[in-house]
Amino acid sequence: MFHRDTPSEVRALDGVDLAVERGTFTVVVGTNGSGKSSLLNAIAGSLGLTGGRVFLDGNDVTHWSEQRRARRLSRVFQNPFTGTASDLSVAENLVLAGGRGGPRGLRRALGRERRRDVREQVARLGLGLEDRLDTPIGLLSGGQRQALTLLMATMVKPSLLLLDEHTAALDPRSAEQVIRLTQAAVARGALTTLMVTHSLGQAVALGDRILVMHRGRVVHDLGDVRRRRLTEGDLLQLFDRLRWADRLDTAAAEMLRRAYI
Amino acid sequence: MNLVIGAATIGLILSLLGLGVFLSYRVYHLVDLTADGSFGIGVAVAAALLVRGVPPLAATAAAVLAGALAGGITGFLHTRFQVNALLAGVLTSTALYSVSLFVMGSGSLSLASAPTLVTQAQRLAGRLGLPETFTLFGTEVQASSIAALVLMALLAAGFALALTRFLATDLGTAMRAAGNNPQMARAVAIDVEGMVVLGLGVANGLIALSGALITQYQGFANITMGVGAIVTGLANLMVGETLLGRRSIGRWIAGAVVGAVVFRLLVAAAIRAGLNADALKLVTALFVLAVLIVPQWGARLRGPRPAGAHPG
Repeated sequence: MFHRDTPSEVRALDGVDLAVERGTFTVVVGTNGSGKSSLLNAIAGSLGLTGGRVFLDGNDVTHWSEQRRARRLSRVFQNPFTGTASDLSVAENLVLAGGRGGPRGLRRALGRERRRDVREQVARLGLGLEDRLDTPIGLLSGGQRQALTLLMATMVKPSLLLLDEHTAALDPRSAEQVIRLTQAAVARGALTTLMVTHSLGQAVALGDRILVMHRGRVVHDLGDVRRRRLTEGDLLQLFDRLRWADRLDTAAAEMLRRAYI
Repeated sequence: MNLVIGAATIGLILSLLGLGVFLSYRVYHLVDLTADGSFGIGVAVAAALLVRGVPPLAATAAAVLAGALAGGITGFLHTRFQVNALLAGVLTSTALYSVSLFVMGSGSLSLASAPTLVTQAQRLAGRLGLPETFTLFGTEVQASSIAALVLMALLAAGFALALTRFLATDLGTAMRAAGNNPQMARAVAIDVEGMVVLGLGVANGLIALSGALITQYQGFANITMGVGAIVTGLANLMVGETLLGRRSIGRWIAGAVVGAVVFRLLVAAAIRAGLNADALKLVTALFVLAVLIVPQWGARLRGPRPAGAHPG
């Protein structure tokens, strides 16, 4: 809830009851300000809840800090700068992600073995970044950084992978590349994924299940996306209907105001 | 020559202060004003224990712990209670002023009769059979001052190397990530708050060590010795950055040590040339200010400033 107890109070999430099955790919779409990102932030722990609970792997994590939840879930942010430490080298960023969930002691961060390991993982991306391991990651392009953030989020298998419009800030070529890498990583690790996107094309291409959010609520829950052969057009129609409903709301309010006030 | 040796020795001692400031200012991007207090508490604890006959090594270690505790408190105030970092530092360091007075029992103490790390090093040099004085570049120098210089050089180099190594470990890398991008750090399950507390603890431990060594070198302790420590530390760091650059952590840290020595030599030269020693802090502050703003003037002459550019 934002601006609580003020006239501009907004219920970012309102009675969302969602269970994500292990090994499934759920996509959340919705109008601007519908609460998609708030949903992800509430799960990740960067947004405090005024009510309700969050469970992960059967544990009640409602009162766990963001960093504690991060031991089990990983995220890729919309802004490629958010998910990487720009002053640290590519290799250092990856090693930090590789240590997710474990203790951090006085072992050398970049021993020979770890270096080789990191190099192999980066080579698998096919972006030629394995020769730039010692470059500060801040010198790479947004697309390269996002590809690396995705690798960082998946190199230690998370119980849940959260993708927050992770291609929205990229040029079309890079976006396509990151989507391809996403598909590969999810398939390889059989990862449970929750993705927020504005791209209806991505939604129908990647999702097993699509949630449509509007004003803090899940208004459509479409399972079995593939079997039902849902298309971008179908989703667009749903959106249009939502927009009509909104307009109807304001039109009706206006009519009532004229008639009675 | 003796003036140069003395200045270099003090520079090496103050390089530990520079290392501490490097950690808070460059790794965490915090101007940690605890520095003044932790330098003072380092002086106070070491001096008070030494006059009571505590072995120098133990007294120095206690001083380091006191400084680390002070830094940890600042870090805790900043992270746990969201007190602005500047304010948290000022609070801790103001409180430490009283604590230092209690510890010392008075505003100043003389260590003339107490054994210190410096006198121990000098005795060791004597036992090695070195002559009491010898000639260096045509001037007569005391073996005792060379012994102090060597001791401080070893300590400065040792801690600089240890800090460099530490920042390359898993824990050190996590600390750097927490300072560079807290959001990213949290996303890879790094305890950012814990890292700030630990980092400021280590930083102020180093600063207190610097204070403990300066009091042993000079043979007296004064409650005002910590005043302006943060500015001196920044000056050391900036000279180092100008001389050696920031291309790698190791170079950057080596720069902090070299910068401290060079800065001290410059100060000694200025005093020799007639600068009033009372003006020292004024000059140091002006120097730091100049390093901060001159690049901006340069940029303005060259053209409009790019978005997101920041000084320092």
